[in-house]
Amino acid sequence: MIEQERSPLPPAAHEGAHAIEVDNLAKRYGEVEAVKGVSFTVEHGEVFAFLGPNGAGKTTTIRMLCTLTQPTGGRASIDGYDVSTRARDVRQRIGLVFQEQTLDQQLTAEENLRFHAVLYGVPKSEVDARIDRALRMVQLIDRRSDLVSTFSGGMARRLEIARGMLHTPAVLFLDEPTIGLDPQTRALMWEDVLRLRREEGVTIFLTTHYMEEAEYADRIAIIDQGKIVALDTSGALKRTIGADTVELATGNDDLAAKNLEAAGFNIKRGDDEVVAFVENGEAQVASIIAAAGTPIRTVKVHRPTLEDVFLHYTGRQIREGQGGGPTPPHFMHFARRR
Amino acid sequence: MSVTSTTAAPTHPQHHLAASSDLRTIGMVWRRELIRFVRTRTRILTSFVQPILFLFVLGYGMSSLVGTTGGFDFKKFVFPGIVAMTVVTTAIFSAISIVWDREFGFLREMLVAPVSRGALVIGKTLGGASVATVQGTIMLALAPLIGVHLTPLLVLEVIGLEMLMASALTAFGVFVASRIQRMEGFQVVMQLVLFPMIFLSGALFPLSGIPAWLAVITRINPLTYAVDPLRHVVFAAQNMPAAAVARFETGVTIFGYLVPLYLEIVIVLVFLVVFLSLAIVGFSKKD
Repeated sequence: MIEQERSPLPPAAHEGAHAIEVDNLAKRYGEVEAVKGVSFTVEHGEVFAFLGPNGAGKTTTIRMLCTLTQPTGGRASIDGYDVSTRARDVRQRIGLVFQEQTLDQQLTAEENLRFHAVLYGVPKSEVDARIDRALRMVQLIDRRSDLVSTFSGGMARRLEIARGMLHTPAVLFLDEPTIGLDPQTRALMWEDVLRLRREEGVTIFLTTHYMEEAEYADRIAIIDQGKIVALDTSGALKRTIGADTVELATGNDDLAAKNLEAAGFNIKRGDDEVVAFVENGEAQVASIIAAAGTPIRTVKVHRPTLEDVFLHYTGRQIREGQGGGPTPPHFMHFARRR
Repeated sequence: MSVTSTTAAPTHPQHHLAASSDLRTIGMVWRRELIRFVRTRTRILTSFVQPILFLFVLGYGMSSLVGTTGGFDFKKFVFPGIVAMTVVTTAIFSAISIVWDREFGFLREMLVAPVSRGALVIGKTLGGASVATVQGTIMLALAPLIGVHLTPLLVLEVIGLEMLMASALTAFGVFVASRIQRMEGFQVVMQLVLFPMIFLSGALFPLSGIPAWLAVITRINPLTYAVDPLRHVVFAAQNMPAAAVARFETGVTIFGYLVPLYLEIVIVLVFLVVFLSLAIVGFSKKD
């Protein structure tokens, strides 16, 4: 039943074409170089995040990939179709959810979807079934005949995601998809997105400046000032900047440091603490305390976050008071030093 | 879903003939205009306020000044002009909604779709024109109130001319909207263009016996050639005595040459095609 409703993705330009292929892509506005030559490849079914502060070039890149902005250098292709020369083929294969809302408030949810279905050439015989399915997917089936002007920000956003998927695109672009949404709605939206990926096999490309949002991605590209400064899985990125830290406050830091060093731990003396760098902080706490050989007042285990990774690569925090919560000051201290 | 075919020929539903997909797009954009029109009842009502005000205030006020010739007065003269005014303002305000769409983001949803800009602009123009024609035709219902006779032929002819006038003016408005980013800008252009165009089109006063400079401006104004045929077909259905025909002249003359009806229609058609093309070009730019 479900299988019947699903229609095949439009064919790729050639066998083995990557979902997204970007080679030295650049965009210059007069004197300003918004994107300074970025290269990366996204595989089919992958969730790929562009993480960076406002003004880093995220939106310009997404606009180039969606054929809305003409690149001034390099090339990019979607499903094997070049974004500069095959714009219409590219547009047919992508779904777009913009930063700002792009629904018609005076139309109902269903009318908005129907409009989209026609513009994207969904066959007449399939339109109703697809609208039904899309609305069910984002749990808005009960609101299908309500005007969008009565929708909350979260509902509107989920309707946009449903709309972006209506023509079964190969790649769904989400530009800052959860900006201005409360955490609960964000989580709900991500449930939708990940379900889409699972059930439809769609490739997802998102831009964000929220750390916890980037964590949903299979791979993350950290972009700063128009350049990709790091690109890997969340775990690998965290590993590149170092191990977990176990921070001890003891009655006698000198003694603790000496004992830990003797026991083979890689340590560092702080002003009022001893820090041990280990592979798996939580599992090692007991042996560290035992090896310290002096009474322990407090223990803190810290695992590197994307915030730390970002700080490491760019030398600053992505956005004060945003993202994955405040970074513990002691860790920033060490991160900056190495 | 009854699939009887057994051949497993791969079908790609996305691959439509460009022409049929463009037609579907035009239809959908047109339909959206109508849905929005029906849904904004306040807009329907308020768009009648101005023309009705003009009809009664100007019509009655001027009638006492101009007087009655052979049972024909200024109210009857100005009535077709007021219908035209309704059509023109509604058409322009339908086109304005593009600037709203830009501000509310929906324009982007349309512009990123894999359809031709021509289909979008034509759909929008037809939608705005339909709405304007409906408004103008509703105004026509006031005819008996001021003593203008309606015949089925007259109504058909008026609707046809309204459609043409409305398409031309919506296309013009869509072109303006393609060049303007913000609502304030559109209002400025409309104050500077729309109202002078209406006032200098012969909608509200006869084009004969006016000062030379005014005559020149009215002859340059393309709207003049849309208003005159409308008045012509309305007058043709009235039993006007010769004195009234002479008093309230129809027809546009340029250096003594009476522009024939068909040429007036051709002028409006050219205006339509020019601004439709400019609007399509205006929306085809990429940064």
